[in-house]
Amino acid sequence: MPFVNDQRYREDFMHRYILLTLVVIFSLASLSLGVISFEETTMHILVQSRLPRTISILISGMSLATAGAIMQLLTSNRFVTPTTGSTTEWAKLGLLIILIWTPQASVVTKTLFSFAFGFAGTISFLFIIKRIKLKEATLVPLVGIIYGNIIASIATYLGYQHDLIQSIQSWTQGTFALILKGRYEVLYLSIPCLIVAMLYANRFTLISMGREISISLGVRYQATLYVGLLIVSTISALVLVTVGVIPFIGLVVPNMVTLYRGENLEQNITTIALLGGLFLLACDIISRLVLHPFEIPISVTASIIGCLLFILLIVGRRRHAA
Amino acid sequence: MQPRHTLTILVILVALSAALFLFYQLPGGAVAYILERRAIKLAALIVTAVAIAISTSIFQTVSGNRILTPSILGLDTLYLLVQTLLMFLLGAKSLAMMGRISDFLLSVAVMIVFSLALFSLLFGKHTMPLTMVLFLGMVFGQLFGALASFFQLLIDPNEFLTVQARMFASFNSVNTALLFSSSVIVAAIACALVFFLDILDVLSLGRESAITLGVDHRRASRLFLIIVAILTAIATALVGPVTFLGLLVVSLARQIAPTYRHSIILPTSCLLSMLFLIVGQLLFERIFHFNTPISIIINFAGGIYLLSHLILRGTV
Amino acid sequence: MITINHATKRYGSRSVVNDVSLSIGEGTLTTLIGANGAGKSTLLSLVGRLLEGEGEFLLEGKRIDRYPSTELAKRLSMLRQSNHITVRLTVAELVGFGRFPYSRSRLTAADRRIVSEAIEAMDLTNLSGKYLDQLSGGERQRASIAMIIAQDTKYILLDEPLNNLDMAHSVHIMKLLRTLVDERGKTVILVLHDINFASCYSDAIIAMKDGTLVYHAPTDDVITPDALQQIYGMEIPVCEHRGRRFCLYHL
Repeated sequence: MPFVNDQRYREDFMHRYILLTLVVIFSLASLSLGVISFEETTMHILVQSRLPRTISILISGMSLATAGAIMQLLTSNRFVTPTTGSTTEWAKLGLLIILIWTPQASVVTKTLFSFAFGFAGTISFLFIIKRIKLKEATLVPLVGIIYGNIIASIATYLGYQHDLIQSIQSWTQGTFALILKGRYEVLYLSIPCLIVAMLYANRFTLISMGREISISLGVRYQATLYVGLLIVSTISALVLVTVGVIPFIGLVVPNMVTLYRGENLEQNITTIALLGGLFLLACDIISRLVLHPFEIPISVTASIIGCLLFILLIVGRRRHAA
Repeated sequence: MQPRHTLTILVILVALSAALFLFYQLPGGAVAYILERRAIKLAALIVTAVAIAISTSIFQTVSGNRILTPSILGLDTLYLLVQTLLMFLLGAKSLAMMGRISDFLLSVAVMIVFSLALFSLLFGKHTMPLTMVLFLGMVFGQLFGALASFFQLLIDPNEFLTVQARMFASFNSVNTALLFSSSVIVAAIACALVFFLDILDVLSLGRESAITLGVDHRRASRLFLIIVAILTAIATALVGPVTFLGLLVVSLARQIAPTYRHSIILPTSCLLSMLFLIVGQLLFERIFHFNTPISIIINFAGGIYLLSHLILRGTV
Repeated sequence: MITINHATKRYGSRSVVNDVSLSIGEGTLTTLIGANGAGKSTLLSLVGRLLEGEGEFLLEGKRIDRYPSTELAKRLSMLRQSNHITVRLTVAELVGFGRFPYSRSRLTAADRRIVSEAIEAMDLTNLSGKYLDQLSGGERQRASIAMIIAQDTKYILLDEPLNNLDMAHSVHIMKLLRTLVDERGKTVILVLHDINFASCYSDAIIAMKDGTLVYHAPTDDVITPDALQQIYGMEIPVCEHRGRRFCLYHL
């Protein structure tokens, strides 16, 4: 991998080492936490509940952060993520529809439907963005939110019709409390997505610079765009179906990294993924400790901590720029 | 079309829809009772409509931007948070004793402080670009929502039902005391604004022009923001967060009456707002017999309108 | 008479205007010149109370911040950039706002007369019914200047008023400003980056460099090769034409 700056390479390497170590430590901490105290934990509990839980937290964190980073490059906008780009709302709609149609659908079917809707929705969003000659960059995520709101209203309406509002509420409040062996394995599919993301990282960075530049540098613009969309939609669907919506990771984590390290995804993707995993692990530990033995839904903790971090980020950017 | 004609048409439409709302599908017995209940609902709809329309118009003029609305900046979620916190700290009984008016006033006070803080980011000593303020506002909105959820978890489920009733107040169960005081406040503000319409016009020229022409920009903006906070609190207290109604109504008003004069923009948006809420509520109560919250329809219709507007025009 | 005492404006640790003190007499046309970033616009903005900074700013002996807003607006007007206005206004309506300090929104017959005169003076009569977004940049600039003229204040501050204007209109405005000073006794202070316009039309010139005051003197004392070398750091030959001095810095 050609790095222009040797010192930065070494710094990045060190950062990744540190992050990796932290991730391992936090994972172990996460494994040891639970309703039942450390001493009484049996192998059974570890395998059935704790290990799946920690693994799914790690994978969700890593993939959501990566999906956020990719989305930001695809739309060339720092604030567009699956949540602010309407992908999540489409995925929810898909999930709702399959549940109305086949209430006993398997996890795989649910994920497929959710993914299909998420993918179609994100494409339509990108289409809208390209059509609108927006006079301000702010408007892009705003469009995403408006669009997401429209889809959400449809979903809520259907939910009222078919008495599924409770379900919608529970997906909106992501939680890891229900993760058990046998219920979360679908999440493993994120890992191939992450691998593809790493392979395509450079191409995504070029895409963010615009169509002409990408093409003149030999990148197949449309094809790469679709690969990116596939990855984002798959990850959103997988996490939605197993855990629910976890806001802010896709927004905060990539922005934290790009603030200090620029937007070269190939360089940053490992850091982003690791930081995402770390962030979610930390949130989860806090979720379980604050009201022990009760658990706060992770979406609430992630929102609070994510928001605070985001605010610090904005303040930090201003100091940096000045 | 002349703005005056537009206004007249709107007034007629609103009057018609109000009449429909009151008299359409009157059941055989207990007519007086039903009419009374409908009249109360109508009053709530009108007060909410006016509050939302005025607060959004003023907010857009003062901030110089047509994308911002008080709810995009999280003001309405802040209201919910304060309500939840109060319930958490005081418990349902003490809250009931404190009375809705006082807890409403407390919420308004908090909202005013927050609005002024956000505002100083737009015009104070250390300005931020609009992008950032918008996002900061949206993020705060999320934060308040999340915090509200957190505190909800801590509240005793029985007590929580009380909070919920307050938080998701619908037009079906309007608190008459609150409605009365809200109407008085909104009417007072609307009347006072008549004297400040031309100052609003000057403010829409931008900060520098306003200062040059002798308007104390800072004081005027602060005053108007306080009004916005009060009106938003009233609207949220009566109907809950209705994100896009304000934006929808004011954009539409500017389209059908393109003028800088607030003496036209304010009444037009108020009337449009009333029309939407009354007709919306009418459709969903009588025609479709659903109990879908009206906020869904508004968000849907509003979203579609905004999106098509953005697609056609490239800007708000 | 405008008096500035120890004006300073800091952004963080950087002083854009550094301890500037001067007085500008009545009935004169004064121009601020200097390289980019010298602090001219900032100083003017401080006087026009569009920016807040340290120091004392006096208008006819009284501190500017002690004047009630409306009173001040009847004596002092300022124009910076004109293109921020996104409101849907016609030229006539915009210029009409110039009378706001006097009549708010109820224009009297006298107000209307002043407004038409201002529109005519800026050569906008046949555009007066058009909306601002239908105009070119130069036309919008002229409309904003017309508003300032309609405001009819004794002291007029203009920051780069000739931006976006073609040659004919630039000359026209400078001549107009000169008339306002000579025939109506107004005091005009301009920031210009075209030193030749400054040289042709000003009574006095204020030159700034890196935030400090370098010259404040009658025009002919400043438009000399030595002074210009000090101000701009360039060798600038000066020649005479029709009684005025011109700077030929182009080669």
